[in-house]
Amino acid sequence: MDITTTPYKRCTVIKVSGRVDSSTAPKLLEAINQIQHEGQYRIVIEMDAVDFISSSGLWVLVNSQKTSKRYNRGEVILACLPEKIHASLELAGFVPFFKMFPDLTSAVASF
Amino acid sequence: METVVFPGKFAVLADISSFVTRAAVEAGLDHEATYAVQIAVDEACTNIIEHAYGGEGQGSITCSVETGGTGLTVILTDTGKPFHPEKIRDPNIKVPLSKRKERGLGLYFIRHYMDEVSFEITQDGSNRLVLVKHRGGRG
Repeated sequence: MDITTTPYKRCTVIKVSGRVDSSTAPKLLEAINQIQHEGQYRIVIEMDAVDFISSSGLWVLVNSQKTSKRYNRGEVILACLPEKIHASLELAGFVPFFKMFPDLTSAVASF
Repeated sequence: METVVFPGKFAVLADISSFVTRAAVEAGLDHEATYAVQIAVDEACTNIIEHAYGGEGQGSITCSVETGGTGLTVILTDTGKPFHPEKIRDPNIKVPLSKRKERGLGLYFIRHYMDEVSFEITQDGSNRLVLVKHRGGRG
């Protein structure tokens, strides 16, 4: 798994690629938490290059969303979600917790 | 049947996935069915490490794959705590985010993504999980 972080004016984009499983999910959580600790709670997670994500990875997205939405200080938005990952989110019942955008530009512009 | 014994560590989940993916391709499963197998095997191995062994490095996971017939069979065996899947209920996915519990999703995924799931405790006390994915089966 690789993580690239790009700060924008109104949000930060985290591009995730590769495999998110129980081995790598804690690293993703740590990367998102670090941005949140620095005071940026408006986050776009770009997911088109994610090959695989297990339930442990889905929980990272959900727990990050909980942290961002606390005190209405921000939100985690998902961009460029592959169909198979959307299907897992749907199965887990997590779809209602996220705004999702088909491309990065509209996701960033939504903030 | 081909069998590989893996250490019960999260770092080898990717290796286990590669092993079953090769078998899935050999069994003629399409991309969707192969992804389903990857998810189910990952969730099952994670459960073995976390719940049967109670953590990493406590035991091994024996993974056997069988291709042919109607698709792919994956058998996962561990020597951890006895597992009773019938005691694990599906998560309630309709409750608010604040009330969701971080348990039970793995087995729920396994049941959904595979065509057949069976479980037994063997004579020597090992946990044995058999996962079947049919060619052209549901995704």
